[in-house]
Amino acid sequence: MVFHYYPGCTLKTKAKDLDKYARASAEALGITLAELDNWQCCGGAFTMAKDEIATKLSSVRALAESRDTALVTVCSACHNVIKQTNAAMKNDADFAFKVNNYMKLDEPYHGETKVYHYLELLRDVVGFDKLAAAVKNPLKGKKIAAYYGCLLLRPGKVLQMDNPENPQILEDFIRAIGATPVITPYRNECCGGYMATEDKALAAKKSGLVMESAKEMKADMMITACPLCLYNLTKNAPGEKLPVYYFTELLAEALGVKE
Amino acid sequence: MSNPKELALKEQVIRMSGVDPLKCMRCGKCSGTCPSYDEMEYHPHQFVYMVEKGEIEKLMASPSIFKCLSCFACVERCPRDVEPAKLVEAIRLLVIRQQGNNHLKANQIPDLLDEDMPQQALVTAFRKYTK
Amino acid sequence: MQKIGVFVCWCGSNIAQTVDVQAVSDALAKEPGVVYSTNYQYMCSEAGQNLIKDAVKQYGLTGVVICSCSPRMHEATFRKAVASVGLNPYMLEVANIREQCSWIHKDKEVGTEKAIILGRAAIAKVQLNAPLQAGESPVVKRALVIGGGIAGIQTALDIAEAGFEVDIVEKNPTIGGKMTQIDKTFPTLDCAACILTPKMVDCAQNEKIHIYSYSEVKEVKGFVGNFSVKINKKARYVDENKCTGCGECTTKCPMKNVPNEFNLGMDNRRAIYIPFAQAVPKVATIDPNYCNMLKNGKCGLCAKVCGAGAIDYKQQDQIVEEKYGAIVVATGYNPIKLDKFDEFGYSLSKDVITSLEFERLTNAAGPTSGTLLRPSDGKHPHTIVFVQCVGSRDTSGCGKPYCSKICCMYTAKHAMLTREKYPDTDVYVFYIDVRSPGKNYDEFYRRAVEQYGVHYIKGMVGKVAPRADGKIMVQASDLLANEQLHIEADLVVLAAAIEPDKSARPLATMLTASMDTNDFFTEAHAKLRPVESPTAGIFLSGACQGPKDIPDTVSQASAAAAKVIGLLVKDKLTTNPCVAQSNEMMCNGCSSCEKVCPYGAITYVEKEFRMPDRTTRIRRVASVNPAVCQGCGACTVACPSGAMDLKGFSNSQIMAEVDAICQMK
Repeated sequence: MVFHYYPGCTLKTKAKDLDKYARASAEALGITLAELDNWQCCGGAFTMAKDEIATKLSSVRALAESRDTALVTVCSACHNVIKQTNAAMKNDADFAFKVNNYMKLDEPYHGETKVYHYLELLRDVVGFDKLAAAVKNPLKGKKIAAYYGCLLLRPGKVLQMDNPENPQILEDFIRAIGATPVITPYRNECCGGYMATEDKALAAKKSGLVMESAKEMKADMMITACPLCLYNLTKNAPGEKLPVYYFTELLAEALGVKE
Repeated sequence: MSNPKELALKEQVIRMSGVDPLKCMRCGKCSGTCPSYDEMEYHPHQFVYMVEKGEIEKLMASPSIFKCLSCFACVERCPRDVEPAKLVEAIRLLVIRQQGNNHLKANQIPDLLDEDMPQQALVTAFRKYTK
Repeated sequence: MQKIGVFVCWCGSNIAQTVDVQAVSDALAKEPGVVYSTNYQYMCSEAGQNLIKDAVKQYGLTGVVICSCSPRMHEATFRKAVASVGLNPYMLEVANIREQCSWIHKDKEVGTEKAIILGRAAIAKVQLNAPLQAGESPVVKRALVIGGGIAGIQTALDIAEAGFEVDIVEKNPTIGGKMTQIDKTFPTLDCAACILTPKMVDCAQNEKIHIYSYSEVKEVKGFVGNFSVKINKKARYVDENKCTGCGECTTKCPMKNVPNEFNLGMDNRRAIYIPFAQAVPKVATIDPNYCNMLKNGKCGLCAKVCGAGAIDYKQQDQIVEEKYGAIVVATGYNPIKLDKFDEFGYSLSKDVITSLEFERLTNAAGPTSGTLLRPSDGKHPHTIVFVQCVGSRDTSGCGKPYCSKICCMYTAKHAMLTREKYPDTDVYVFYIDVRSPGKNYDEFYRRAVEQYGVHYIKGMVGKVAPRADGKIMVQASDLLANEQLHIEADLVVLAAAIEPDKSARPLATMLTASMDTNDFFTEAHAKLRPVESPTAGIFLSGACQGPKDIPDTVSQASAAAAKVIGLLVKDKLTTNPCVAQSNEMMCNGCSSCEKVCPYGAITYVEKEFRMPDRTTRIRRVASVNPAVCQGCGACTVACPSGAMDLKGFSNSQIMAEVDAICQMK
């Protein structure tokens, strides 16, 4: 199976691991991620105002080019922006009209493309039971706290990924690779996000809460799908820290494709 | 009641955000859940109430508009589907769309950087702070 | 040609303000067949009715048109008036120029024009009216009450008190409902069991009352006065007549780890069980999902220890068929599931509980014998946070749009009782509004604040985070202080919204009773007929109609009983003569009408017909049972050959109305 793939800016630079292991693991599971030719940065945040058109065009381009199959993202932010833009193209006729007017695509786009986060691909296309069967090096005995952050799940009605208040997808993933999930109540609270640029104290406070809670619950490590979460947790959270990995790295390890 | 200028601003905020502040039942759950609460002068529930009252200029002048993390917690948990974050966003856009009102300028960036900071943080900050 | 009188009502200013009543009566006076036309301030008043009666006599009217409010309001009044002077009541028609005209128009010219058109349509219809005679049907003097909570119990007791037989069908092994799980009742704080169990016993001892426990209604047929109901008595694998309720089996059964629903899963029961000590009937029930004997034939211990020989592993479900004159729905409520509200951490911590679980934790018959202990570690909680409106007043799609009504008061009760029994406990209540209308209710809530020192905080909890050390971090807003609070709590109690019991929706379909979008049964009139369903013979008792506390429930239960008694004292009911009738010459026996009839009123008969060539042929034709037909008209539109017609609303009458409306003047 071949899917269109939107890596996003950070996966080409600071988060190369997230990208590399995602591709290697997908191949091991019989899926090829075909990177879109001319993708442009999603902008990192979905601009919620209805009259913001230009900031959403790069997402629409990627979506329109993926019409024939489906579009896979792996970075939480890209996933959030592209899915929200897709919903706007589908449900906001005025917005879609303006975008289509401006872009002059060969065929107008109205939100037809299915967008998968990589985790959804594992759950809905591969299946966690099949993934479990494909695992060569199960991460037995590892207690892993899943950190969803905010962008992966919310707004729940738009992203439709999982129950935004009691998600299961990362926990199921952790079980599939042979490890044990540890649930922390702050797994879906914000790490401080982009505010780390100008307010390190806030980032320290928010990521610290998340890190403390994972330590308290006796996790050995944390996993995330978001480069910014990983940065805040590893760089800005105060005190002693648990190791934080991209979920794709552990996936590659479990599948035996981590070089 | 508000003067004509404020009424026009209120109308613009409502149009841009698509939020109907009258749906709010003033439960305060948005402010109960906001991770940036302590950083803000006006809190999410106040944004909703002040927009309803037409006090847009006060909000535009407040540093609170640059403190929203866009984590969508208030959007997700509001029992009335009010979506306070969309108001914060609309008011911030009203400010930064004005000439010379960028909150973050390119020449400030080098000082904010560290070697691990992901591009994602910068592009998001630019999108939130700058036009 | 009929001799028609037209009577236009002003309804005070209700109609006259937006309709020129004089112009209407003048215009309608010119319609064919109209021999008299007038208007009057209140046509429904005694003077107004006399005006009509006098005109019928003076002008020898054969038809009457009243232009007034909706026929739902006063059609019966006016029909009675004309009948008293010898006119067949079905020769009267009401044109609704209030609800459908004056109330919705602002422009008097437009309103007047429309009123004239509506009056003209009614006149056209009356031209084709024929006198109809109402029939009679007998009343079965027995009532069915569906649901054995406090609502059903009260209704049954009141009906029995009046001397009528009444059956209670309860799906659980015992009657008593939610009230059995409640500890104390607001605003007087008397113990729920102390006031409920005597009523349960009264039900059991009353010879007019029969309790079908562990039973469900499977099928309802018939109509007001004459319902036929199939009740499924589920197999409880215990002979109710032999079991003495000694409870020996429930202490010997080796299956000890069955979640006890009476204590909301906070402790365990055996596979054979009596829900609680005061259960009615006090009879054991075997849970087939857990009993080893029923699952794989290995055990049989309960049969061995039962001195009465009551255990019967071969017992089967049994269908009982009964006839009833009236049916009361009392299916009650349940707290909603909280799986969409995990920002409050319900699934993350045992110490985040619902208010009903809190009741069990403070009840002497509960899992902690009434001592308030945390479910996780059995320790006394020292800081308790109550969260109001969890899923109530929620239009986001996660919860219920309505106010659940009972939560403000029971939370005040919980907070007060906690402070009274454990004065060293800090109690916080987060509220959006405190709703306490009711006798002694607001005083009760204020006592919680002023006498018991409960911290009431206006604001909502935004996040509940259970910590590894057992503390629960509650993050909330204090709107009046304009602060975000962080409270380290030991126990968090969620006032979950309430919703109608899941059995209500399929039951409503069986009863052809209407429901609102929240699955509450709708009443016939929100103000004036609050305990009757719009479906004749179906009555509503308790929270199945809307959120209610115990005092409201009991009031409504008695009101429903009064309505039932009013029905059952009659020997016969007058039937609606506006029923369907099939024109046998046109009927081709296709069965379309039978398929759409919701009342089972249509059957087919083989009839001999003479053909034009003097031969005879046997044809299958539809036949309507007028006692069963409710006049809904479904068959008349389903009939492909136009053979079905509704008396009083015939196809030709309706076409005449349409023609009159479309007529250009």
